[in-house]
Amino acid sequence: MFPTQFDYHRPGSVQEAISLLQANPDAKILAGGHSLLPAMKLRLASPAALVDLGGIDGLRSISTNGGVTIGAMTTYAQLRDSNELASRLPIVSETANNVGDPQVQNKGTLGGALAHADPAADFTAVMLALGASVKAVGPNGERTIAADDLFVDLLTTALAADEVLTEVSVPAGQGKVGMAYEKFRHPASGYAVVGVAVVVPVDGQGNAASPRIAVTGATSKATRATAAEQGLNGKPLTDQNIAAAAAAAANGLDLNGDHFASAEFRGHLIEVFTKRALERAAAQVK
Amino acid sequence: MTATVDAPERLVGKAIKRREDPRLITGAGSFLDDVRLPGMAHAAVLRSPYAHARIRGIDVSRALAMPGVLGVFTGEDVKDDINPLPCAWQAGKVQNNVNTPRVLALEKVMQVGDPVAVVVAESRYQAEDALDAIEVDYEELPVVVDAKKATEPGAPQLHDNAPNNVVMEWSCGKDAATVDQALADADVRVSQHIVNQRLIASAMEPRGSIGRYDPGTGEYTLWATSQAPHVHRLLLGAFILGVPEQTIRVIAPNVGGGFGSKIFMYFDMPLVLWLSKKLGRPVKFFEDRTENYLHTAQGRDHITDVEVGATKDGKITALKVKTWANLGGYLSTVAPGIPTTLYGRMVAGCYKIPNIHVDVTGVYTNTAMVDAYRGAGRPEAAYLIERVCDLVAGATGLDPAEIRRRNFIQPGDFPYDTGIGMLPYDSGDYERALNHALDLVGYQDLRAEQDKRRQNGSDKLLGVGMSSYVEVCGIAPSKWIGLPGEGWGAGLWESANVRVHLTGKVVVTTGSLPHGQGHETTFAQLTADQLGVPYDDIEVKHSDTLGTPFGFGSYGSRSLAVGGTAIYKSVEKVKEKAKLLAAHMLEAAPEDIVYENGKAFVKGSPEQGKTIQDLALAAHVGYDLPEGMEPTLEATTFYDPPNCTFPFGTHVCVVEVDRNTGEVDVLRYLAVDDVGNVINPMIVDGQLHGGIAQGLAQALYEGAVYNDIGELVTGTMNEYAIPKADMVPNYELDRTVTPTPVNPMGAKGAGEAGTIAATPAVVNAVVDAVTHLGIRHLDMPLTPERVWRSLQGASA
Repeated sequence: MFPTQFDYHRPGSVQEAISLLQANPDAKILAGGHSLLPAMKLRLASPAALVDLGGIDGLRSISTNGGVTIGAMTTYAQLRDSNELASRLPIVSETANNVGDPQVQNKGTLGGALAHADPAADFTAVMLALGASVKAVGPNGERTIAADDLFVDLLTTALAADEVLTEVSVPAGQGKVGMAYEKFRHPASGYAVVGVAVVVPVDGQGNAASPRIAVTGATSKATRATAAEQGLNGKPLTDQNIAAAAAAAANGLDLNGDHFASAEFRGHLIEVFTKRALERAAAQVK
Repeated sequence: MTATVDAPERLVGKAIKRREDPRLITGAGSFLDDVRLPGMAHAAVLRSPYAHARIRGIDVSRALAMPGVLGVFTGEDVKDDINPLPCAWQAGKVQNNVNTPRVLALEKVMQVGDPVAVVVAESRYQAEDALDAIEVDYEELPVVVDAKKATEPGAPQLHDNAPNNVVMEWSCGKDAATVDQALADADVRVSQHIVNQRLIASAMEPRGSIGRYDPGTGEYTLWATSQAPHVHRLLLGAFILGVPEQTIRVIAPNVGGGFGSKIFMYFDMPLVLWLSKKLGRPVKFFEDRTENYLHTAQGRDHITDVEVGATKDGKITALKVKTWANLGGYLSTVAPGIPTTLYGRMVAGCYKIPNIHVDVTGVYTNTAMVDAYRGAGRPEAAYLIERVCDLVAGATGLDPAEIRRRNFIQPGDFPYDTGIGMLPYDSGDYERALNHALDLVGYQDLRAEQDKRRQNGSDKLLGVGMSSYVEVCGIAPSKWIGLPGEGWGAGLWESANVRVHLTGKVVVTTGSLPHGQGHETTFAQLTADQLGVPYDDIEVKHSDTLGTPFGFGSYGSRSLAVGGTAIYKSVEKVKEKAKLLAAHMLEAAPEDIVYENGKAFVKGSPEQGKTIQDLALAAHVGYDLPEGMEPTLEATTFYDPPNCTFPFGTHVCVVEVDRNTGEVDVLRYLAVDDVGNVINPMIVDGQLHGGIAQGLAQALYEGAVYNDIGELVTGTMNEYAIPKADMVPNYELDRTVTPTPVNPMGAKGAGEAGTIAATPAVVNAVVDAVTHLGIRHLDMPLTPERVWRSLQGASA
């Protein structure tokens, strides 16, 4: 529980942060610190330097302009308590309230969660389901990375070591959209043993229009449940269609298992929680 | 001054807020890591990454050259000065194969986390960095973590003197053949394999110690997270360091929970004293949570095969128990006593069972040491017999409550000897507690609701479980616990000194000590009533071997029943002396003096009496004392009770099991406990709340898991699920009161009751929810997957 020695930097701007990252190849970005600092205390991570984004103005914000843009350093508590999000993207406020505990919610950040890409994080799946994208700023300017392309593997993202994830954007939905996140919580860690996020737009006939379903906790990285999405697409949200989509949700996923929940049980939970999430989403667009 | 003696408000029985809490909850308490001595250096410990390995060599040269490092030491460096830690309770004839840990491993390591070397540096960070620079050449050896497998042919052998890794083969009760015959004669016979999984104690404060050697006086001072400072001093002086006991002082600062895990002697206690002498600096070692999980003593870990015989109307006629108790890589301080005296002799529970035979095999494995953990043997016994009652209910088709009623020891039977070597149960009315609990919970309505849901095919299965427990508290009688070969060859009495100062203020010193229980409040309530002095005039001192009489410490729910009685008796002695002095001052005959409400007076003339404050002043100034009376007003008692106490009760748990996920939702938890007379009902309720949470957590959440190579898979709080507030139900508590005749307060003890009762109540509820599907037993923890899998099998 005693980290190795490291340098600590608190830049005042994103550009300064990038320069520090370039100058310190072994540096890690510090956001809320609730994943990184425990890993450092266990000496599972021993960065030579930390670049703390906490001193940069403008990274804690929630703005709406058709879609929603959220600054990377916005805490779960801010997401949880935002009235704007509660009405426009209830899945975000709901999930923020489902992360860890109040202490974690007060410190943990959305950008940190996405950049860390813990395989059992909650917001990775939610942002996949929302079709979100992130802005990454690096030495050569900025680029946009779709959530679909962001998560590469276990704790690995498409971000370069000298890039800073500065904001998360969720596109405006068209028409009625049902959305829900259902989570089977690990009794010790509070992380998702299985989490399923669904975002289901419906057309004028009430049929699912390109639904997005994402799973976390069960695979090495948050992943779209494409078989379930395809099965539901263009169909009404009947109990039967929901059950069929849920039954297909784990298809094609490379499931992991541990002493608490085997791969087989996780597969089963994906079905149960996809069903629950779709039922809630369907009720919102009735 | 008023002429009459006002009867002050009695405090015993009142829910007074704990006087220690303002300090503890505002951060003003001083815990071990708050203790900072001038010049203090910091130790960090290199621990084995292997569960079983030979140490071929250790190279510390690079570590010695690291910044801030004051010294690096291995087992070779300390072996001549520090003896292996003693095993003080060698129950079951273990004397020929005792293997206890050295402070730093020599030649071999027996578990992941075994201490191999220590670095002392100016800061903990520097010490930790230097650990990475120590090179150890290990030769890996085969590993065994399962107690039953460890005894089988071909298993890896841990210690040369313990063939088949057996610590002891212990039995109690009637001979096996008699019980086999009774089983054969029974109308109904059930056998079951039952695992009582290993638990990690998870006290809020981990363990640690600070050693300071004074070269001027030759005295050692140890600050330690300790439940038993006097015992630790004795073991350190006489057994481990070989220095005179009186040169050692042990201080337990505020201790943040222990649950038994801080009773024991640990490697760091002698090591920091040795290091301090060696380096000329005070040395602190404080384990982190990872070290605590790996290496501080753990609890339970039994594998049991049980067979029960009963008549067709549910009368239990025979019980045969075979248990493999995993004791870890070495024997901890009192480890062999837990699965023998405190488990084997308690398997009868609340029931009259004519034929019992118990076999216990204690086993070495490549895991952390197992020793007393809240309840210590009694939870394992209660879990076994309470599961057995439900198995008999299932086999006979009778209601589980009815099985219990038909087998209970009756109120007229006390003192009751179960015939398996436990002291006689003191008092009880088991059926009254059961009936009261079932009335309160609305048992018949719950059964009706259960039937309804079963008929509806509901996805939410309802289960009702109960446990009627009896446990043994106030563990003491030296003649019993000390019996060599069976007990621990030493007494277990307790001490107290009560001193009325010249000013009339009272100081109580006790050999027991709190690590969360509220001794300062309870003992002051007791003293205030008995002596008739204001509560706020009483101070309770504890936890420092300098200034307290020798005592055995706090565990086994013994502080009040044994330590409290020592206070009670000291107060009585003080009152007797006060009466003699009053007789002298009042020029009356001593036999005419009565003492009431803090005043001694001639019977019938309270207005002419002397208050205890007047008497304390006279006793201290001492110029006018009766012939032969010594000055001052104080008394010390070393109290050894005639028996233990046996609290009991019935807990009822109502659960809902989700068929789709196997999740268990505890809807209600109701407990009727009988802990005898209650000094502070709020403290008793608090003990029950915490105890139930721990017992429920064993049923549903907790379980230490080692993989095949002996790594602790549940090595962090991210993996090992201790319950959070939202994972436990609201508790509905009530009491019956059956005073114990064993002590003058009639108090039995409440520290472990909740833990003992809750585990079987919860498991019985979950099994009850699925029993109509043909499921008879489920092993703990009842994780969603385990429950779900059983349902898959059942509905197939």
